[in-house]
Amino acid sequence: MDSAPSTDRTGIGYLPPAAQTLMKLVVTGPFGVGKTTLIRTLSEIPTLHTEEAMTQSSTRLDDTAGLPDKTTTTVAVDFGRLTVQDDLVLYMFGTPGQERFLPLWEDIARGALGALVLVDTRRLGDSFAVMDMVEEQGLPYAVAVNRFPDAPAHTDEVLRKHLDLHPDTPLLQCDARERRGSIDALIALAEHVLTRLPQPQDPS
Amino acid sequence: MSAGPGRRLIPAYLVTGGRTRPTGPALDRLAVLVRTDTALAPDTGSEQRRLCELLEPGALTVVECAAHLDLPVSATVFLATDLAASGHLHTRPPIPSAGGTDRSLVERLLVGLRSLH
Repeated sequence: MDSAPSTDRTGIGYLPPAAQTLMKLVVTGPFGVGKTTLIRTLSEIPTLHTEEAMTQSSTRLDDTAGLPDKTTTTVAVDFGRLTVQDDLVLYMFGTPGQERFLPLWEDIARGALGALVLVDTRRLGDSFAVMDMVEEQGLPYAVAVNRFPDAPAHTDEVLRKHLDLHPDTPLLQCDARERRGSIDALIALAEHVLTRLPQPQDPS
Repeated sequence: MSAGPGRRLIPAYLVTGGRTRPTGPALDRLAVLVRTDTALAPDTGSEQRRLCELLEPGALTVVECAAHLDLPVSATVFLATDLAASGHLHTRPPIPSAGGTDRSLVERLLVGLRSLH
C-alpha cells in the first residue's frame, strides 16, 4: 500500500499503514466564520462531511418554535485530516457553535484534545455562546481571529476585553486560507493544551 | 458549515435491521476499520457489502467511512460492529492502549506541527 496519504489511485485517502495514533480537535465558531476553510487549508484529504441527525425536544431548539415536539434535523459536520508525524494523525472536526447542537457537540468533542474557536471581528457577539459551550465541555481552547478583508482590526488588548478572555487563553490572528497561520493556530492550541496537562513526576 | 442539503439519508433502522443497540461497546467515530481476508457470505446486506468494498484497498476511520458511504455515523457504527463480530473487519481504537501519556502525545503533536511549517 502506498504510504503517502491521499495519493492512492482511488482518491479515497486511505490511512497510511503507519498511522497508529489518531487525535482530534474541534474547530468551532459561528456559521460562516471560516471553520471549513481552515480545515480545507490544513487537510491532506479533500474535506469530508457527515450528515448528523439531531432528534431533540423542541424546548432546546431556539429557531423552530411552533414545530411538532419531536424534531429531527440534520447538520453537516465537515472534517479533515493531517498527518503530523508518520504514526500520528490529527483529525479536525468543524462543529457548529450553537447551543441547539449541544448533543452533537458533546459527541464530537468527547476525547478531543481541545477546540480552536474562530472569531469574526464583525460579529464578536456571535462568539460568546460558542465559548460558553466550549468552557462547559471543559475543553481547553485557543481563539483565532479569522481576518476578513473588511473586518475591523482590533488590538489584542481590545479583543481580549470584548471577548472576556482568560489571560491564559491564547489569542491569535490568522487567515484561514493560509497554511502557515493556520498551523500556528493549531500550535498555539496544542501548547495551551500541554500547559493544562499534569506535569511529569519529578524523577527525584 | 451549513445545514445539510436535501439528499437522501438512509434511515438507520433500515440499515440496522430494526435494532437500536449495537451488540458490543460503541465504536469511537475515530476507530480504525480494517478489512480482513474473510470472504463475505452471498446473502450479505448491501450496506455491509459497500462498507467492506470501501475498505478493501486500505484502512479508514468510522467517520471517514460514514462520509464516503453517505451514511450517518451511528449507522456506520452498527454496520462495523456487526462486521467485526462476524470477522469481516478488524477494529482498533484511535489511541493505542500503550500509546503513552496524554502529555507525551501532545508533545509529539507539537513537534509534528512545528515540523510542518
